[in-house]
Amino acid sequence: MAMLQVDVWRGREDGRYQRFEVPREESQTVLDVVTYIQRHLEPALAYRFACRVGMCGSCAMTVNGVARWTCRTHIARVARDDRLEIGPLANLPVIRDLATDMREFFDKWARAKGQFAPTATRKDAPARVPPGSRSRATANAGIECIGCGVCYASCDVVAWNRDYLGPAALNRAWTLVNDVRDGARVERLRAVSGDAGCHSCHTHMSCAERCPKQLSPTASIAGLKRAAALALLKGEL
Amino acid sequence: MSGDLRARNHPAWWAFVVHRLSGLALAAFLPLHFWALGQALQGEAALDAFLRWTEQPLVKASEWGIVVLLAAHAAGGLRLLALELLPWRDWQKSLLALAAGVTLAAGLALALAL
Amino acid sequence: MSPRGEVALWIAQRASAAVLALCVLVHIAVMVYAVQGGLSAGEILGRTRGSAGWAAFYAVFVAAVAAHAPIGLRAIAIEWLGWRGRSLGVALHLFAALLLVLGLRAVWAVFA
Repeated sequence: MAMLQVDVWRGREDGRYQRFEVPREESQTVLDVVTYIQRHLEPALAYRFACRVGMCGSCAMTVNGVARWTCRTHIARVARDDRLEIGPLANLPVIRDLATDMREFFDKWARAKGQFAPTATRKDAPARVPPGSRSRATANAGIECIGCGVCYASCDVVAWNRDYLGPAALNRAWTLVNDVRDGARVERLRAVSGDAGCHSCHTHMSCAERCPKQLSPTASIAGLKRAAALALLKGEL
Repeated sequence: MSGDLRARNHPAWWAFVVHRLSGLALAAFLPLHFWALGQALQGEAALDAFLRWTEQPLVKASEWGIVVLLAAHAAGGLRLLALELLPWRDWQKSLLALAAGVTLAAGLALALAL
Repeated sequence: MSPRGEVALWIAQRASAAVLALCVLVHIAVMVYAVQGGLSAGEILGRTRGSAGWAAFYAVFVAAVAAHAPIGLRAIAIEWLGWRGRSLGVALHLFAALLLVLGLRAVWAVFA
């Protein structure tokens, strides 16, 4: 039976890789490998998963240097010469082994004003939003984000500038800027144009390259840059 | 940069590296360029002395290099303007190929002229 | 920097970029033409001295560069050097002034 040589990160930021030997199966994902290790070889291994079918984003880790959903990454695609390197998501504090502290990721979501600001009450009729309208189509292009953190882990600007709001938070802000029911447009544009906001994006497109849902935070951030510029020129900012 | 290229080895990222490094090189070069031209204030002879210095092969090669960097930075910059200002479309990926092509053409044109 | 400041810098960078795109295109074309058969001060200055149109063109070029380069360097300073705040602003303004002064001096030297 073929065996995989798997290097798994142990410890916190100042940890090291530990090698495990895992039986290679016919149809196997990286999550299967991690689960095998935890169940049979190292019960103390810390890692996260939930749905294991590519819907929740909890299992995101760094596989051979690249951020991916481990439940949707087949060994056949990544294990060259039967070797694998598995580490926690980059750009986030490490709690232990493969589990990262996602708090700053979600804090930045809030800082970018990624919350919907209602303008109607239950007494009003439901809003009528044509799904084919430009703003709705634009918003729809970005709303499938499930907050997995892969884009954030892939972004160099996040690595270079710890205050940078990051692709996911900015993408969410853009979907709300395009939501005609939302009432906080100008505050949101101010929130995303600050010191470490949308203008810090240099179009590396690593986020769009890696997003498991094929979203393009780069496109959303470009939209924010245009919207902020228009707002300044119109005297709204 | 941590130096791990595995996640970064895709076209748009390399485009960024070229754009940033070429911009840095140009920013360093320009004060020298302006100063050299300003030598003409001291009269033709001063400028000629400088021009003779630039005839050295290494300097000529660097000049060609600077022009290629300028062409690369400008073509890359136009690509960025398109990405930031135009509505997002799939063909924008080929903007990179276009920018690279234009840069190459400029470099060749100058190489032939020099 | 405030949102207004950041947005203003972004606009200035893109606007100067658009101006520079045109200037650079013309400049490279002219240079490829001019270097044919070697360069000499007499040749260059014979063509350029007294040319008000070209002087205006290159003055605009210099101004656009003096705006564009420091804003670009700002991102590099913040991201790769961890340099922020007032001292960075001062340094960048000084660099802009350097480019403007040396550049306009060069325009004067070559075209006046």
